Amino acid sequence: MEMRLEVNGTAHRLDLPERTLLVHALRDQLRLTGTHIGCDTSQCGACTVHLDGVAVKSCTMLAVQAEGRRITTIEGLAKDGALHPMQLAFHIHHGLQCGYCTPGMIMAGLDIVRRHPRPDLGTIRAELEGNLCRCTGYHNIIRAIAAGAEAMAAAATGERPGEGQGQ
Amino acid sequence: MNAPPAPPLRKFGTAVPRLEDRRFLMGAGNYVDDQLFPGQTWAAFVRSPHGHAAIRSIDTRAARAAPGVIAVLTGADFASLPPMPCGWMIHSRDGEPMRVGERRVVATQRVRYVGEPVAVVIAESRDAARDAADLVEVDWDELPAVADVAAAAADGAPELHANAPGNLAFDWELGDSAAVEAAMARSAHCVTLTLRNNRLVPNAIEPRAINARWDPVEEKLDIRMTHQNPIGMRMFYAAVYGLAAEHRLRIVSPDVGGGFGSKAHNYPEEVAVAFAAKLVGRPVKWTAERTEAFLTDAHGRDHLSTATLALDPDGRFLALRVDTLAAMGAYLSSTGSLIPTYMYATMLSGQYAIPAIHCRTRAIYTNTAPVDAYRGAGRPEAAYLVERMVGLAARRLAIDEAEIRRRNLIRHFPYRTPVEWVYDSGNYEAGLDQALALADWAGFPARKAEAAARGRLRGIGMSAYVEACGIGPSAILARLGAGAGMWDSAEVRVHPAGTVEVLSGAHSHGQGHATAIAQLVADRFGIPMEQVSVIQGDTDRIQAGTGTYGSRASVGMSATARACDRIIEKAKRIAGHLLAVPAETVDFADGLFASAATNATLSFGELAFAAHAASGFPTDEIEPGLVAQSFFDPPNFTFPSGVHVAEIEIDPETGQTEVVGFAAADDFGVLANPMIVEGQVMGGVAQGLGQALLETCVYDPETAQLMTASFMDYAMPRADSFPELRLGFGCTPSPSNPLGMKGCGEAGAIGAPAAVINAVCHALDIDHIDMPATAERVWEILEARRREQG
Amino acid sequence: MHAFAYCRPAALADALRELAADAEARPLAGGQTLLPVMRARLAAPSRLVDLARVRELTGIAAAPGGLRLGAMETHAAIAEHPAVKRLAPALARLAGGIGDPQVRNRGTIGGSLANNDPAACYPAALLALGAAIETDRRTLAAEDFFTGLFATALAPGELVVAVQVPAAPAAAYVKFPQPASRFALVGAFVLRTEAGYRVAITGGGMGVFRWTEAEAALDSGATGADLAGVPLDPELFTGDLHASARYRRALARVAVARALADPAFAA
Repeated sequence: MEMRLEVNGTAHRLDLPERTLLVHALRDQLRLTGTHIGCDTSQCGACTVHLDGVAVKSCTMLAVQAEGRRITTIEGLAKDGALHPMQLAFHIHHGLQCGYCTPGMIMAGLDIVRRHPRPDLGTIRAELEGNLCRCTGYHNIIRAIAAGAEAMAAAATGERPGEGQGQ
Repeated sequence: MNAPPAPPLRKFGTAVPRLEDRRFLMGAGNYVDDQLFPGQTWAAFVRSPHGHAAIRSIDTRAARAAPGVIAVLTGADFASLPPMPCGWMIHSRDGEPMRVGERRVVATQRVRYVGEPVAVVIAESRDAARDAADLVEVDWDELPAVADVAAAAADGAPELHANAPGNLAFDWELGDSAAVEAAMARSAHCVTLTLRNNRLVPNAIEPRAINARWDPVEEKLDIRMTHQNPIGMRMFYAAVYGLAAEHRLRIVSPDVGGGFGSKAHNYPEEVAVAFAAKLVGRPVKWTAERTEAFLTDAHGRDHLSTATLALDPDGRFLALRVDTLAAMGAYLSSTGSLIPTYMYATMLSGQYAIPAIHCRTRAIYTNTAPVDAYRGAGRPEAAYLVERMVGLAARRLAIDEAEIRRRNLIRHFPYRTPVEWVYDSGNYEAGLDQALALADWAGFPARKAEAAARGRLRGIGMSAYVEACGIGPSAILARLGAGAGMWDSAEVRVHPAGTVEVLSGAHSHGQGHATAIAQLVADRFGIPMEQVSVIQGDTDRIQAGTGTYGSRASVGMSATARACDRIIEKAKRIAGHLLAVPAETVDFADGLFASAATNATLSFGELAFAAHAASGFPTDEIEPGLVAQSFFDPPNFTFPSGVHVAEIEIDPETGQTEVVGFAAADDFGVLANPMIVEGQVMGGVAQGLGQALLETCVYDPETAQLMTASFMDYAMPRADSFPELRLGFGCTPSPSNPLGMKGCGEAGAIGAPAAVINAVCHALDIDHIDMPATAERVWEILEARRREQG
Repeated sequence: MHAFAYCRPAALADALRELAADAEARPLAGGQTLLPVMRARLAAPSRLVDLARVRELTGIAAAPGGLRLGAMETHAAIAEHPAVKRLAPALARLAGGIGDPQVRNRGTIGGSLANNDPAACYPAALLALGAAIETDRRTLAAEDFFTGLFATALAPGELVVAVQVPAAPAAAYVKFPQPASRFALVGAFVLRTEAGYRVAITGGGMGVFRWTEAEAALDSGATGADLAGVPLDPELFTGDLHASARYRRALARVAVARALADPAFAA
C-alpha cells in the first residue's frame, strides 16, 4: 500500500506491503541503516527511533502506523556533520564498543533527557530498561547519558558544561 | 652500535577516545545486514521443531510454487559438501581419537537439536522466503531425546550418534592421577563439591548474518559475513568445502556487532547460504532472527563437575581432583572439543601452588545446540570450580577467604603448573591486597551489621583467577591437537606523504583495534594517531591473520610493532644516505631522524617521501618504498590474573539477591588504552554477574525443546541490574611478547561468577548454590531453614 | 509476519463495521503485544483495524467519582497525566512500571485489558479498584470483564472504549518482575476505602483474582505481618520456567504486605 513517511525532516512516499515494519521501511527502503534490529520480541531497543519526539521501538510498529508522524532516526541527530551533544558524550565516555546497540541507546538516552532534563545515574539505569547492550556492562552508557544531558542543558542555558549536577 | 632508542610513549598506554566511534554514533556503522547487492535475494531456513527426529520425507512442492520463490534446497542439494569439521583433535585416555558425530550442512536423515536446518528457501524478499519456509512439509519420525548432560551420559540414554556409544565423544584426562591419590591419602582435610556450570547463550546484539554472491567481474565468490575470523573462514570455505579456490574467494567482515566467541565458529547456515548463492546465481542474504540465534548460535559452558580439594592442617592445598561431564551439544562445533580440555583443565591450578592436579573430562553429546567458545571459553568454568572449592575450603576450615588464598599463592615466575602451562609473570599477592583495599574487605562486618538492621542478609565473596590469553604459540597448540597455526600478522604501509595504513590480521568486533593499533604506530613513528588507519576484516586486503578471540590482540599488536620496527630500521639506512652519515649513527626519536654526525634532521614525513622518490639513496642496495610485514608467533601464552570481590545483599522474604558492591583488581600487563581496557572489564563483569544471577539456557529434559528461546525468557543483564564497579590494575608485563601485554577481554566473565556465588554462600551460610542464584533458589534455602526452625 | 489487510478508521462506528465484516480481523491498538506475536507467526489476522485515529477512544479526564481513561491512551500518558497522579496515584505508578519506556509510549490500556495477559499489571489495579470497562455496547464491572487466561467478556468485534476508575487515594501496587520479560512474576494491588480493603493479585498464572481472605482479615484489623497465616488458595497459582507455584504464592503474600507498607496507607 502507498504511504507517506516523514523521516528526519524529509517527506517520503513509499509503496510497501501492509506488513512492513517501520524498521524495515527505514532500513530497506530509505536505506537508513543506523536503526538496527536485535530481537523479535521488543526487548533489545536497538531499533529505537523517535516518533513525534518520543522514543518507540520501530520493530514493534508497522510503517503505516507512522503515517502523519515525524520520525527521527539516529541519522537525523547530527547537524551539518557536528555530533549532537549526546553523541559526543557517548564518544568521550566510551559508551560504545561494537556500536550495534548504540543508535538505540542514544535515542533512548535522549528520551530520558526529554522526561528528566538532568537525570541522576539511578534514574538513567531505571529508564534504560528497554535497551540491551552486551558489550559495555552499561556503566559507560549511563555516564554518557548523564554527561550528554548536562551538555544539552548547558547548551540550552548558555552555561558551560561541568557546572551542572548531571554527574 | 647503539641499541635503538625506546620510542617515546605518548599515545600508547593512555586513555584516548576511539578513532572508530564516529560512524557508530552517526548511524553510519556498516554491518552485514545493512548491505544490499543488486539483484539481492533472501534465504529462510526450515528448521527442526524436534530435539531428535528422523526425517521420513520432505515435500517442497507448495514452497516451490509460492510467490517469489527462487529455490527450495534440502539436504540432498548439499550432498556434495563434506560434513562440518571440528578443528581440534582430542584423544581419549586410551588413545582413541574423539568420536565425531557427523554433522551435515543441511540435515538429510536425522536431526539432533531443535533448530537444526533441514531446508533453505531462497526468495525475492525476506517475507516471501519466510512465507514459503512455512510451506515446506517435513514428515518426522520423532525419536527419544536427551538434553541434560548427566542424563545423556547415563546408561540407557537415547543415543545421538551410532559411532559414539553412551553419547561419549571422548574420555580425556590431564594431570597425574596417582600423585593426586597419594596426596589425598596423607591430607588433613578433603572438601568435595558437585557443581553445575550453567549453559549460556552468547547473545551478541547483532545476530549472525551473511550475504554471498558470485562476483562476475572479479570472478570471485564474494561473501559478507559477520565474523571474528574472516581470513580463517576463507581457508575453511576453500579448503574444506571447495566453495571456491582461496584466490577466488573474498570474505569481508565489516563492522561486527559483538561476538564473544559466538562469531568465531564455522556454522552450517553460512556455508549453506554461500553454496546456495553459487547455485542460484544471485546474491543471497540471511540474517538470523533472535530466536534463530538462541536456537543455533553455539552456546557456552554447560558442565557438571565433581571436585575434591585436599588440604594440609594449615589450609595449604595438596591436590585437586576434578571429574567433569561437558555437554557438547548435538555435534562437535568448530573448537568444541578444545574448550573443556586444554582451555579448561589447564587452568585448574588457578593462582595456587597445588602440587598435584588431575582432571578427567568426558565430552557428552546432548540434543541441544552445540557448545563452543563463549567469552572465556573453558577458563571461566575452571576458575569457577577452583574458586568455589577454595571458598568451600575456607568455610569448612574456618579460615578467612583472603587468608586461605594468601597461604597458597604462587610467588615465583615462570611457574610450571601440574597441568601443562607455564605461567609467564604475575604478582598475585599484590593483586589480592589491591582487591581487598578496593572492596574494603576489612570493613565488611560493619556493613553486614548495618544490613542486618535493615533485615537484609549481606555476604562478601572473592574469586582469584589466572587465565591464558594471547593464543597462541603454534607449536604448543599443534602438539595439543590444533588443526591450524595461531600466529598473527600485520603489514604496515607508509604512504609517500607519511600517513600509515596497517593491515591487521586480527579483527575487532568492539575491542577498539583501530584506536589501540593507531596508538602503537603513532608512537613508533612519532606521528599523530589520525595519520594512521587500520584495516581489518577484508581478505582481499589482508591476506594473513587468524582473527580475534581469546584476548589475543597482543599477538597482532606485536606483529604490528615488529613491522614498524622493520620500517624504522630500513628508514634509518635511507636516512644515513640522505644525511650523508653512516647509517649506524642515525637515531630515530619523536618522529625525527638525526645523527650525532650532523645537525641536519629528517622528519618521518620527509623520509617517507624520499623513500618513494627513490633518489638520494642507492636503490640497488636499498629498495624503494616503506612497507613491512611481520608474522608474530608468541613463545608462550600470556597469563593475566586478577582478584574480584563481590558484595551482595539478600532480601530474605523474596530471596532476591542484589549486588551492592563489586571490585576488580586485574593485572593485564601493559595496557594499550586504559579506557578501552576498563570497558572490557565492565562488559565482562556484566556477563559474569549475568551468569551468576540471571542467565541460564534451559532445555526441556524430556523433549529437548529450548524453553529460553527469546529475551522474554532468557534474562539478560540490563542497565539497572548491577552497580558501579571499583576497578584497579596491576602491571607485571608479559615476557611473551615485545609489548608486555596480556589480554583483558575475558577477565570479568572469568572472575565474577565465583565471587558472587561465594558471596551468596557467605550470606546464607551454606556450602553451595548453583548458578544462576535466582530469587527462588535462594528463597527455597531460606524457606527450608524457616521450616526447620519452626 | 503473515500478510494482512490494513485499515485505519477515524470513527468508532467505522472500526466496528470493519471488525464485524471479517471474523479474522483484529483490532490494532498499541501493538506492543500483537505485533511481536504476529512476527513470531503465532497469530495471522486477515485484517488489522488500526484504532489509532478513532477519536472516541482517546482522552483522560476527571469524571464523577474518579477518572475516565480512553482505551487508546498509552501507559506513558496515564503515568504522566496530572489527573491520574492526583486521583489514582497508585495507578499512575503502575502504568509507569509496565514494560519499558518505549513500550509505554505505544502500549495502551485498552489493548492490555483486551489481551488480559495473566502477568499483566492493569488487571490487578482494575479489579482491586472496582473499575468499570466501557465497551462500544455496554459497561462491564472489572469482576465480570476478566474471565480467565487471555480471556475476557468481550464478544467478537466488541471494543473497549474507556475505563472508569474510582478515585483511590489509599492504594498501592507492588510488582516482582520476571527477570527476563519484566512482566509481573507476581503483582499485588491493594486498595483501602471506607468500605474496606480490596486486594487483587496478578501473575499467579491462572489469571487475575481477588484475595478475599486477605481483604476480610485486613478489614478485621490484621496487618501485613499477619497475612502469613491467611489462607490463600494454592490452586490459583501455577509454575513455569520462571517460578514454581509455591514461590509465586509466597511472593503474593510479600507483595501484599509491602503494598500495605506504602505511605499511601499512612493516613
